[in-house]
Amino acid sequence: MILLTDVILMLFMVATAIALVFVRNLFAVIMLSGIFSLTASLLYLLMDAVDVAFTEAAVGAGIATVLGLATLGIIGVQDEKPQQRSSLGSFVVVLITGIVLIQAANDMPAFGDPDAPIHRHVAPRYIEQSGEEVGVPNIVTSVLASYRGFDTMGEVMVVFTAACGVLVLMGRTRKPDDYPEEDYREDIDPREGSSDFVPKDDDESVRS
Amino acid sequence: MFAAATAALLVVMGCALLRALLGPTVYDRILAMNSFGTLTVLMIAVLGFLSGRPEFLDIALVYALINFIGTIAVCKYVMFTDLGSPTRGPEWDDI
Repeated sequence: MILLTDVILMLFMVATAIALVFVRNLFAVIMLSGIFSLTASLLYLLMDAVDVAFTEAAVGAGIATVLGLATLGIIGVQDEKPQQRSSLGSFVVVLITGIVLIQAANDMPAFGDPDAPIHRHVAPRYIEQSGEEVGVPNIVTSVLASYRGFDTMGEVMVVFTAACGVLVLMGRTRKPDDYPEEDYREDIDPREGSSDFVPKDDDESVRS
Repeated sequence: MFAAATAALLVVMGCALLRALLGPTVYDRILAMNSFGTLTVLMIAVLGFLSGRPEFLDIALVYALINFIGTIAVCKYVMFTDLGSPTRGPEWDDI
């Protein structure tokens, strides 16, 4: 039953991906990519990767949908014009990359294989010797902060860079003069220093 | 029993997906995505019981919250065609 569920969910993903390529309405594309992420997170959950499924649902279905809608609101375009030029070159590149990836996946140990290298020598060492080697009672902490310290530092830098990029792109509130005149309500004139119009987002976005 | 529930959920998910693919209007697609998210929550719960690990229920709750936030954003976009602060009035400022 689980296997059948896997197969049907993957078929859903294939159908969604094909539709994503061909649908021209950008709003529909955002909705479909949210559905794609939800299906992917279900698959991750079925493979017992609960943390990955969490991230996929929060980032893929939650944040990416909201960011896509915000972008759609800024650019104000609902339909993408179909491009006339041939995409044969891109197709060949994608095909070759896919073949290489499938080739590489054949060399990996089978899913849930107890004889996989990670279960044979890395994990026992963490369990047996991390106490005296690192001195932290929590094994997960010692793996994250000591054995994989450089990896964690890289991840933190990636997250920090992403946060800076998002702040630079979206955290800036527009100056009142950027708005066209008809956007103002009659009863609020920003140039008179009305307290309703003071952009408060600046401080808040930096703090959060 | 749970296998039958899983099969029924898969069929309904297929229907929601079909509506998201075909849906002529915006509202069809919003409803399809929202119900697909709800079905995902149900699916996680049923799969937890099917594989004998009902602790997946907590995860289903988090999914329900994410789905809610996404739907709020979509509704705000459809109403204002923007997510920032499109209206300068105090009463609508940041929903």
